[in-house]
Amino acid sequence: MEIILIFLSSAIVNNFVLAYFLGICPFVGVSSKLSSAFSMGMATTFVMVITAIVTWLIYNLILVPYHLEFLQYVSFILVIASLVQFVEMFVKKVSQPLYRALGIFLPLITTNCAILGLALFIVLKEYSFIEGIFYGIGAGVGFTMAIAIMAGIREEIELADVPKAFRGAPITMIIAGILALAFMGFAGMISV
Amino acid sequence: MEPTLILAIATMGGLGLFFAAGLAIADKKLAVEDNPFVVKINEVLPGVNCGACGKAGCYDFAVNVAEGTASVTGCPVGGSDTAKEIAMIMGVEAADSEVKTIPRILCKGGNSEAVNKMVDYYGPLSCSAMEIVSGGEKQCLYGCLGAGDCVDACPFDALVMNDNGIPEVVPDLCTSCGICVKSCPRDIIEMHPIDQTVFVFCKNQDDPKTAKEVCNVSCIACGICARKSDGGIEIINNVGVINYSLLDDTKIPFEKCKSGAIQKIDLELDLGIKMKKN
Repeated sequence: MEIILIFLSSAIVNNFVLAYFLGICPFVGVSSKLSSAFSMGMATTFVMVITAIVTWLIYNLILVPYHLEFLQYVSFILVIASLVQFVEMFVKKVSQPLYRALGIFLPLITTNCAILGLALFIVLKEYSFIEGIFYGIGAGVGFTMAIAIMAGIREEIELADVPKAFRGAPITMIIAGILALAFMGFAGMISV
Repeated sequence: MEPTLILAIATMGGLGLFFAAGLAIADKKLAVEDNPFVVKINEVLPGVNCGACGKAGCYDFAVNVAEGTASVTGCPVGGSDTAKEIAMIMGVEAADSEVKTIPRILCKGGNSEAVNKMVDYYGPLSCSAMEIVSGGEKQCLYGCLGAGDCVDACPFDALVMNDNGIPEVVPDLCTSCGICVKSCPRDIIEMHPIDQTVFVFCKNQDDPKTAKEVCNVSCIACGICARKSDGGIEIINNVGVINYSLLDDTKIPFEKCKSGAIQKIDLELDLGIKMKKN
């Protein structure tokens, strides 16, 4: 039960993008097409889950026993950077068009604060290993959901008669704001 | 040294080494061989992904050239310079490409010439929408709608709407990509060699009386130009159509055209360019 609550909490109630405002850069940058937005969400989810696993192991099996907690930022960044490198190689091998569609945003997952945020939240909330994994999956699903909703709306906006001054970035910001407002409606429903 | 310090260094060093080894293995396992030609060709391409070559984008075009399924001169935007660079990369001779083509807007019926309907148009300011809904404000069913779909479509800002509501080409910015031609729902934009000077600036296929009523500068199919042209001009569907292979512009009585639909334009005046004298 606790695990399901943690999953729902990180995916919807405390959505990383729309409630914590982490990872806004790819949220706006890669959300112009639904297919690439979904792939971006998948790549980020993958990195998040693996990051949750590896950072939990490093923190609890290496850093805590040797009283090296102050190394958490450095070691987490190391983990994230390596993982992103790996994902980049993998995507390039599997799908060249996807690799070019994601472009600079793929290596930029490294500096996506949602991922470092995830690793630090797991430490902060003192989750167990299983809880941490589900927190990571939830965060990834939440990110994918947010970016996919955004991309869906932006594809429709392409066909709408938007006033000239609002075309492009401004209307995107407004949509993001309204989406975040909608997700604020979940605030406080689960407090895990 | 303090034990914590040593431990910290050992931990970070160990982790770094571990991930480095993992990545090194992955790099070998997941290696992708980039075709060096594709990378090089992609670098010399304009990189605007306009699709004028008929491929999905600049990178796709580069792949096709490298595989031999596209011509080295296939990029109309880059022109002869890019073609030469690609040819150099591929190790072939690029034939001197043809004269640059630019789009010609074959309608002169701007706001001051065309006659408007009795009703106003309220709706999205887009030619394609106007064409579907009501045909815009002008009575002419064949002329420029003036909402500037071509101006919006041009990726290079080479089209501007003039005060009269007719788009104009800026030849220095135009890259001959032809996207504006596709964007026009009334097909009044045509690509022509830049040194082409004779055009019928009208597409109206109405009978002469109607054509004259809806616009001051419409072709009324009188046929004076056609009779003197020795087959260079034909009247098809009530409008003069030029056959450029037979055209001899010294024979055309431009001054006899009452409405001024057929015109020989002054390149220097029209485009602000000086043509090379051969």
